[in-house]
Amino acid sequence: MTVLAFSALVFSASVAAGFLGSLTGLGGGVVIVPLLTLALKIDIHYAIGASLVSVIATSSGAAAAYVREGFTNLRIGMFLEIATTIGAIAGAGLAARVSTSAIAVVFGATLLLAAWLNLRPRAEHLEPAHTDRIAGWLRMDGRYPAAGPEGPARGYGVRNVPGGFALMGLAGVLSGLLGIGSGALKVLAMDQVMRLPFKVSTTTSNFMIGVTAAASAGVYLGRGYIDPGITMPVMLGVLAGALLGAKALVRAPVRVLRWVFSALIVALAVEMIRNGMRGTV
Amino acid sequence: MTAGASDWSDRRLESVVGSILRWGVSAAALVVALGGMTYLSRHGGEPFSTGLFRGEPEEFRTVPGILRSALSWRGRGIIQLGLLMLIATPVARVAFAAAGFALEGDRLYVAVALLVLTLLVYSIAGHAGV
Repeated sequence: MTVLAFSALVFSASVAAGFLGSLTGLGGGVVIVPLLTLALKIDIHYAIGASLVSVIATSSGAAAAYVREGFTNLRIGMFLEIATTIGAIAGAGLAARVSTSAIAVVFGATLLLAAWLNLRPRAEHLEPAHTDRIAGWLRMDGRYPAAGPEGPARGYGVRNVPGGFALMGLAGVLSGLLGIGSGALKVLAMDQVMRLPFKVSTTTSNFMIGVTAAASAGVYLGRGYIDPGITMPVMLGVLAGALLGAKALVRAPVRVLRWVFSALIVALAVEMIRNGMRGTV
Repeated sequence: MTAGASDWSDRRLESVVGSILRWGVSAAALVVALGGMTYLSRHGGEPFSTGLFRGEPEEFRTVPGILRSALSWRGRGIIQLGLLMLIATPVARVAFAAAGFALEGDRLYVAVALLVLTLLVYSIAGHAGV
């Protein structure tokens, strides 16, 4: 295969991954890493490096819109980024020490968890949480446009900061080890543990993903895991796909796509685990 | 949330942060695309070797190496420069948030933002600095 053919192939696959990832909220990275390693036999370190970079691009692009609409809680995001950046640096350090087979198995298991979390029925909390002592001291409670940008802002409380902080640390480790955004786990920490409104959780998670990924991307770059020839088509493709996905979101049958994407992810997860166990990754 | 004044500056901070993210990603994508076109026009016909993992050479791995390579107009060096700009975008966002919290007089969150900034600089400069 020539360099040009390889770039075109990876670019097209990345557009598809970015499109589906943005429609379903799972991100493009979860498909790109298995695709590069299983189908194109690229070393998993290079695949993870390319995925990390594309994660920064898509999350920063989407976060720009959400921040302006007033959903994102900058204080909560900034505080929890302490946990995710420490976790991400540790995870990136871990990636150099464990075998590629072990990374593949952990990747597969994390994909299964993300698919399950994404398909779980979600209900908005009926009663806003009562802000507890630590969250009050950190002034984390806020307001968001619950009834659309023109409607009145609704206040919400925040609780269990230590629990959320610990889960964010784990999300950071997985992000640095696997090159994914860990959005599903970040949302879980804020929505279920800290009891934030769902829309605030998802947008604040998106806001944090770029900083988390940048923390481990520095380590990957310095180690020589970010290859320009592989990363260029992945980053441009995933970004283009994500932009198309954001435009199509209004008209797309999101429920159907979410099931299709989840089925694809389960299949890829099983393949990653099988290949990891056989040592062929 | 305290008074209306703090709300107003929070909104302004959000607007600045949104602009940094948007412009950073756009500029980085343009540079990567430019580097990609240069690289493909020169090396597009060569066979691609997925081969074994060997790690990138110094010129694609460190900030000074990438700058030298991009300045001598090498396609892959320009791609790495764009990727470096992309990695720097969230870092700039955190730095501006720190400044914004300082303007609001919010010392607690200035400290939080500076801690995150230190961790990011440690990671990037510590691993890809020289």
